[in-house]
Amino acid sequence: MERQQDYVLRTVEERGVRLIRLWFTDVLGQLKSVAISPAELENAFEEGMHFDGSAIDGFSRVQESDVLAKPDPNSFELLPWDRTEDVSARMFCDIINHDGSPFEGDPRQVLKRNLDRARERGFSFMVAPEMEFFYFASGDPTRPLEPLDTGSYFDLTTADVASDLRKRTIHMLEAMGIPVEYSFHEDAPSQHEIDLRYSDALSMADNVMTFRLVVREIALEAGVYATFMPKPLGGVQGSGMHTHLSLFEGDTNAFYEAGDPYGLSKVAYQFIAGLLHHAPEITAITNQIVNSYKRLIIGYEAPTYISWARNNRSALVRVPLTKAGKQSSTRIEYRAPDPACNPYLAFSVILAAGLRGIEEGYELPPEASANVYELTPEERAAEGLRALPQSLSEALDEMEQSELVAETLGEHIFEWFLRNKRNEWMEYKTQVTPFELQRYLPNI
Amino acid sequence: MEPLLLYPDPPPPELAQALDLSGYPWKAVDSERAATRHEPDDGWAGAIVCADVDSDGAFALCRALRKRDIPLEPLLLLVNGGQLADLELRDDLFDDFCLSPFHPRELEARLKHLFWRTGRGTRPELVEYGDLVLNLETYQAAIQGRPLDLTYMEYELLKFLASHPGKVFTRETLLSRVWGYEYYGGARTVDVHIRRLRAKLGEEHANYIQTVRSVGYRFGQSRWGI
Repeated sequence: MERQQDYVLRTVEERGVRLIRLWFTDVLGQLKSVAISPAELENAFEEGMHFDGSAIDGFSRVQESDVLAKPDPNSFELLPWDRTEDVSARMFCDIINHDGSPFEGDPRQVLKRNLDRARERGFSFMVAPEMEFFYFASGDPTRPLEPLDTGSYFDLTTADVASDLRKRTIHMLEAMGIPVEYSFHEDAPSQHEIDLRYSDALSMADNVMTFRLVVREIALEAGVYATFMPKPLGGVQGSGMHTHLSLFEGDTNAFYEAGDPYGLSKVAYQFIAGLLHHAPEITAITNQIVNSYKRLIIGYEAPTYISWARNNRSALVRVPLTKAGKQSSTRIEYRAPDPACNPYLAFSVILAAGLRGIEEGYELPPEASANVYELTPEERAAEGLRALPQSLSEALDEMEQSELVAETLGEHIFEWFLRNKRNEWMEYKTQVTPFELQRYLPNI
Repeated sequence: MEPLLLYPDPPPPELAQALDLSGYPWKAVDSERAATRHEPDDGWAGAIVCADVDSDGAFALCRALRKRDIPLEPLLLLVNGGQLADLELRDDLFDDFCLSPFHPRELEARLKHLFWRTGRGTRPELVEYGDLVLNLETYQAAIQGRPLDLTYMEYELLKFLASHPGKVFTRETLLSRVWGYEYYGGARTVDVHIRRLRAKLGEEHANYIQTVRSVGYRFGQSRWGI
């Protein structure tokens, strides 16, 4: 560790960095930042920066609330914005207790713990999310939403604001070491997608946090608003965070097997079986807000039933075609998550569900035969298709009974999350919606 | 500059003294295992093996150092007059030799020349390749004078590659030499970092790092021009 810290200290000096932003993430996936000056950096490495944890969601505990943020020198990166003024840099932090033990409320360490478990079994976990989001003229919730364009899937919209924004966002991401695989206009008006190139899950969770900030920053600079809300507009597609997953054993993709009709190994089948089996329990984490469940409905390419398939976009788990000779890119796609999730926790529960399938040797049900949207309820029942939770409340019920999720997140986060989200649901329930007024007031 | 490896341990006192006087740091080892255990993070700067003390042990060590994925060089062999015949068919085991007892000035001149030839040691603080310059003392990298914003691991990977231009490394080798510890991404981490480095080098210089199909990566052109 010494050399990494030395690298950071020298770079701060050589490049005239004035401000170091220490980043960490609360339980709900909000990015938090404490700025320190270079003079405090050495101390931050040695002892960590002291702060009051109770000020941050999910960090509060009854007795003690003082915790330390300890920067991870491997994540040191100069920030490409603010260049004109003071040069600044960021590092992600691990949150620790005063005795040096990992703080139970820190999502980043939850993911580290789960990646360690995978590594004990010889696996490294690689993920690649497809980030979808909308641009609107303003983020003011009291005004009707105003999309920037009326484009659609893959449309090449010329010289419009949004394409330019997307281009600048990608430049900024690449400059920050976050490689982009594809980007395009998505199906809905003013909806865009940027696909990140795969990375280990910890770096990727850090990348998702950075990504959301960069997209917002660039939009703000241009005077528009970017949102990762899963379903901002009714009647058009919502924003998902389809996540491509693979396990590697050293240099070898553990999901690949030559000769299998799908090109998948037993490990891959069991991983998918684990995901399907535990999908209802982990949905509250991958889809954590009331609005998430407005996206998970029939007809908008979002999954609603628990199934898997090769090339059927209504399935919860899709097995994308692998190009000949590209065995190492064998992967599966989990289509439930949305970009409002906490990526550290979402990647943790996805991994844990898959690993449980491998450990217990779950059997994978047959591939979904047809577009599950088009089946009648009877046909669905005959195929044994279970539904994903229909609301945040249902998802919390499933999660509450899950020993897997409790073990994966740890008791502290598990309990805090349920309590916090039950409150969110109760607040939502007190609302009388425009739907109810329009539907019932004239007749009842 | 990283230390030179000396064999045997303890080394002949006149050798230690000559190196101390000419300013070369060194560390003596008594076996191949000790050579691996005491190896500095950036690898040995080179090796001086005295074959006039224990010739079997000396040649065995030379063979082990040269059979590594990245053969250790430069390697200077010290032999006495009676051992010249032993050098036959062992040309691959050393880069140069010096007769023992040696003259300190000759030893220094041979070392200087060896380091010039292998491109190490002359200006240990800079690694240069084309438009790329790495300053090993300040940890800064620049391309055409434009500083690169690198993370620590990106910097270490670039430094390692640029210090060995033309050589092909497997992912496993890069992982063990550059990371040196278990990382969450396993061998695929290397691909991820290569992709990032290329992005930061910029389009014009991304091809400094070449992918060698089904083997790994190479920095710059191959030695054989292919």
